[in-house]
Amino acid sequence: MDFLRPASWEEALAAKAEHPTAVPIAGGTDVMVEINFDHRRPEYLMDLNRIGDLSEWEVGEDSVRLGASVPYTRIMEDLSAELPGLALASHTVASPQIRNRGGVGGNLGTASPAGDAHPALLAAGAEVEAESVRGRRLIPIDEFYKGVKRNALEPDELIRAVHVKKADGPQQFSKVGTRNAMVIAVCAFGLALHPETRTVRTGIGSAAPTPVRAKTAEEFLNAALEEGGFWDSGKIITPSVAKQFAELCSGACNPIDDVRGTANYRRHAVGVMARRTLTWTWESYRGARNATEGAA
Amino acid sequence: MAATGAPTKITQGSQTKGGIGESTLRPDGTLKVTGEFAYSSDMWHEDMLWGQILRSTVAHAEIVSIDTGEALAMAGVYAVMTYEDLPTEVRNYGLEIQDTPVLAHGKVRHHGEPVAIVAADHPETARRAAAKIKVEYRELPVITDEASATAPDAILVHEGRDDHHIGHVPHPNIVHRQPIVRGDADAAAARADVIVKGEYYFGMQDQAFLGPESGLAVPSEDGGVELYVATQWLHSDLKQIAPVLGLPEDKVRMTLSGVGGAFGGREDLSMQIHACLLAMRTGKPVKIVYNRFESFFGHVHRHPARLFYEHGATKDGKLTHLKCRIVLDGGAYASASPAVVGNASSLAVGPYVIDDVDIEAIALYSNNPPCGAMRGFGAVQACFAYEAQMDKVAKELGMDPVEFRRINAMEQGTIMPTGQPVDSPAPVAELLRRVKAMPMPPERQWESSEGSDVRQLPGGLSNTTHGEGVVRGIGYAVGIKNVGFSEGFDDYSTAKVRMEVIGGEPVATVHTAMAEVGQGGVTVHAQIARTELGVTQVTIAPADTQVGSAGSTSASRQTYVTGGAVKNACELVREKVLEIGRRKFGSYHPAWATAELLLEGGKVVTDGGEVLGDLVDVLEGEAVEVEEEWRHRPTEPFDLRTGQGNGHVQYSFAAHRAVVEVDTELGLVKVVELACAQDVGKALNPLSVIGQIQGGTTQGLGIAIMEEIVVDPKTAKVRNPSFTDYLLPTILDTPTIPVDVLELADDHAPYGLRGIGEAPTLSSTPAVLAAIRNATGLALDRTPVRPEHLTGTA
Amino acid sequence: MRVNFTVNGRPQEADDVWEGESLLYVLRERMGLPGSKNACEQGECGSCTVRLDGVPVCSCLVAAGQAQGREVVTVEGLAEFAKDRAEGCATGACGSAAGKGTTLDQAKRWQAGGTDSQTGEGTELAPIQQAFIDAGAVQCGFCTPGLLVAADEMLERNPNPSDADIREALSGNLCRCTGYEKIMDAVRLAAARQSEGV
Repeated sequence: MDFLRPASWEEALAAKAEHPTAVPIAGGTDVMVEINFDHRRPEYLMDLNRIGDLSEWEVGEDSVRLGASVPYTRIMEDLSAELPGLALASHTVASPQIRNRGGVGGNLGTASPAGDAHPALLAAGAEVEAESVRGRRLIPIDEFYKGVKRNALEPDELIRAVHVKKADGPQQFSKVGTRNAMVIAVCAFGLALHPETRTVRTGIGSAAPTPVRAKTAEEFLNAALEEGGFWDSGKIITPSVAKQFAELCSGACNPIDDVRGTANYRRHAVGVMARRTLTWTWESYRGARNATEGAA
Repeated sequence: MAATGAPTKITQGSQTKGGIGESTLRPDGTLKVTGEFAYSSDMWHEDMLWGQILRSTVAHAEIVSIDTGEALAMAGVYAVMTYEDLPTEVRNYGLEIQDTPVLAHGKVRHHGEPVAIVAADHPETARRAAAKIKVEYRELPVITDEASATAPDAILVHEGRDDHHIGHVPHPNIVHRQPIVRGDADAAAARADVIVKGEYYFGMQDQAFLGPESGLAVPSEDGGVELYVATQWLHSDLKQIAPVLGLPEDKVRMTLSGVGGAFGGREDLSMQIHACLLAMRTGKPVKIVYNRFESFFGHVHRHPARLFYEHGATKDGKLTHLKCRIVLDGGAYASASPAVVGNASSLAVGPYVIDDVDIEAIALYSNNPPCGAMRGFGAVQACFAYEAQMDKVAKELGMDPVEFRRINAMEQGTIMPTGQPVDSPAPVAELLRRVKAMPMPPERQWESSEGSDVRQLPGGLSNTTHGEGVVRGIGYAVGIKNVGFSEGFDDYSTAKVRMEVIGGEPVATVHTAMAEVGQGGVTVHAQIARTELGVTQVTIAPADTQVGSAGSTSASRQTYVTGGAVKNACELVREKVLEIGRRKFGSYHPAWATAELLLEGGKVVTDGGEVLGDLVDVLEGEAVEVEEEWRHRPTEPFDLRTGQGNGHVQYSFAAHRAVVEVDTELGLVKVVELACAQDVGKALNPLSVIGQIQGGTTQGLGIAIMEEIVVDPKTAKVRNPSFTDYLLPTILDTPTIPVDVLELADDHAPYGLRGIGEAPTLSSTPAVLAAIRNATGLALDRTPVRPEHLTGTA
Repeated sequence: MRVNFTVNGRPQEADDVWEGESLLYVLRERMGLPGSKNACEQGECGSCTVRLDGVPVCSCLVAAGQAQGREVVTVEGLAEFAKDRAEGCATGACGSAAGKGTTLDQAKRWQAGGTDSQTGEGTELAPIQQAFIDAGAVQCGFCTPGLLVAADEMLERNPNPSDADIREALSGNLCRCTGYEKIMDAVRLAAARQSEGV
């Protein structure tokens, strides 16, 4: 095993081009477990900690450019206004120690369906900034997950940042685990209201081979909200609409039975979380809307 | 209540600071908080090698061939050993039945069985070498339950058994069977107004001590070996290790290293023999440290069990009879299975009076992971079932579950189903009364002016509910556990106590082989020495095999038995000190000859308080030392047909009230409070007593809602050997645990004390389950209960 | 490979480090600092918690090479670190505590002596360390080093934590012996003593 220590992003790209099998390591959350337990013996280990740029973020007009290694702790504490869904998801990641080291780049690189960031990124809308010596590209999050622990990166590419749309409305994230802290998702659900476009986006974790959006559920809800004039009226969402949305979210799952939970439970729990997160976000939207109207 | 709180006789040392009854602090505390305390995995030696074990990847198979050539040829590899390389004809070990191969011979019987061992100059080299050993397996069908174990064509897990249980078991794939029959259960059933049946499943729990199995073996010049290891019982290890190495016991010198928890999981050997073999083969010190994955294969677990219960009761709430059958899965090797069967059967009735019983417990041999000792063994599984039954019967009768238990609660004088009278306080009803009387935690405690604090809700930080679907439930349970080794076992301990003057002060040194595994035995030994010898300075010598056996740190027995041995040795030392005093100073004061003399505050005093002399003067130029074995009163084996016999030394009782909040839609549970009341006889160190009760309670909580080793029934392979998927309660899963300690002396025990470590693990689990049933209305017949069981999505 | 970094204020160097070694392994096996514990090596138990450039991390998940040039504080240096902080040096870098590993000789000679009710006598401890002893938060002690580092850092950030804050901050540290109640007591005690300036 060789340990590569690129001092700059350019060096990292060059090293990755030269050694496409090199495994990047930043927070170490996934890679070190695999090494400690003898599940993986990469030829090259490439430390990204030296590239300061990866741990920085910029808040732009429409989106936040979040460095791949910005620790979850920072997202929770410093970006909860811009990226509320991701901040909530970050708070559910493992333990304080892990949140101090791990970042979204690791979740994306590993592309485990159980990664906590995925549902929040899917719901908010995001693009993954991937780069190689051949150039830079932005991969829409919907096209990023390709299979169980497979993503759209080319062998010579590294994740530099993720561009996450700034919240234009309430967002929520829920995750079921069989413990009250430090737990891998049995399943997870992210939901974002986008009042500007009058759309709702979702993200489901750990209930299909990849993180997925519940697109049919989104389309149903978008239509129902539009037809019912909910965005304008700020009415309470009809229980039957919430119920059908929840059922469609369950239907978007394609889960398996495993040691962490049954497929049936995952479908069921995603439905419950979909209904609850919709209620929470919608209540929050109504609250904000009513406050604005009251002020006006 | 029959029992009263008779004061324990303490004629000595009640005035000495730091004696029994005080919450003195741990003598190893400073070392443990500074990181200097040397655990077995911290050992280091110049020039040491690292040992690695190659384990079977299948559960049941014939070994066709093993090729170690490539591994041996690797640079940095010093030795590779298989069964063929074992030095003597003794190639098996075991606590009671020597059925466990040091290295697999011709066959593997469970997933993760040691097949070969490697020593190399770096752990990674050792791992790579182990990976290069080629083992060819011919797989066999797996035996995973009672049906497959006792099927007519079942493969025998162990051919040619010649252990002392084979004569009375109905099938060679049954390790041991113990019936307990008393009265006439069928006739009594005819008198019952209600009959309630239940079938329960108790999952396989792991001890999950945090310090992984590890140690260092150093070859010595005389051809022997020094072994530094974390264990629960040095002398039991020694007895199993020495014959395999072909060494007399005095050439295997064992020293207890720091032990990172045990809970029964270190009662069996793990890496001990392997490290010694490699050290002797290579002539170099060899260190072995399991990682967490390997640790799940490296020790026995708590027996999973199927329990079939039938209780009857009259309309006025009196239990009429019990019929019960308990099937424990012992896995591939016997380990402590026979004793687990003994406990499960003899305590299957619980702390209740039932005159007519028909009980049977068996342990299977199977290809599942070997199971053995874990905190409360046998009694834990039974308690889960009989307490579920108590609630069920009470419900059937329309009675309050606590009142129903009170009506049937045993007390001092009750005759157990084994025919043994309970001859010390058994405050079962009182413990229930106390735990019920504790103030309830506030409702909706997650709400504050700032909204819902998810950390206090089911799901916790995962943000699954802000109060939706959350229902509170309350449940009660009480349990009974035997203390000490039972069934006629010669259960003794040895203590060596020395008293001398060092630096102008009288100092006592206590030397035992007791394994301090975190329980605080070392704290208590110093307290006993202070109380008995009237000194302030006590040194606790490291535990090793240079002193006689202390027996195991298990079965809630160490404070009783080794504490008893220390007390006894101190008393003998005291007599000798007083003899010296009489010899030296007897002529100066008549009281030396006439009064009852005590040692207090560094002085010899009369029972009237008159000071006769300083210990420093008495001991000037003299050292007094006594090494002596001490036994509790003997027990008897249970009759193999009827289960009758005075099998147990002492019983221990605890009761719990659990308050839970269940997110009934998602099936997530938050335990809000687990209140415990326990009778401890005499709290030698109240702080440690409470620590034990809270720790035991939390392990019971774990098995109630999250802890289970999941074994694939088709392959008998372990599916979750990691802390990612075998979940222990975190600090956010653990509630407040108020403890009410009752001290009713047992006059048979030193200071009246009662073993305390296990009882709280018994009743915690069924109390939590009862609370979840109360919240959800579901029957819930298995533990742990998972979200899918609470949502109908299993 | 060779790795250099600062541990408890003192420069350390390790040679012939295998690239897959963790910071935890290097501390324990190469630098004679076995205080950080190896309970799970998968970031699930927190017993290996150290501060890396001030931040609590699981040292089992830091590749040794990633620690190059950085500053590490382990439980062995916690007392000195806390003392420096109290004296106004928050980084811990001005400490000079030399970590002490456990050689076999030391281990052999281990004895619990003296008056155990005054344990801690003669050793300068961080307030959190003393509180763990006083509150009975130590049983087997294997989780203790990681908990101390995590709890000390939490009290540095949040001197008056609520119970829920303490539980959240320590939710990455498993303890199998105590049921956490005495650990809660210890952290409350340390916080109270800190606020009283004891």
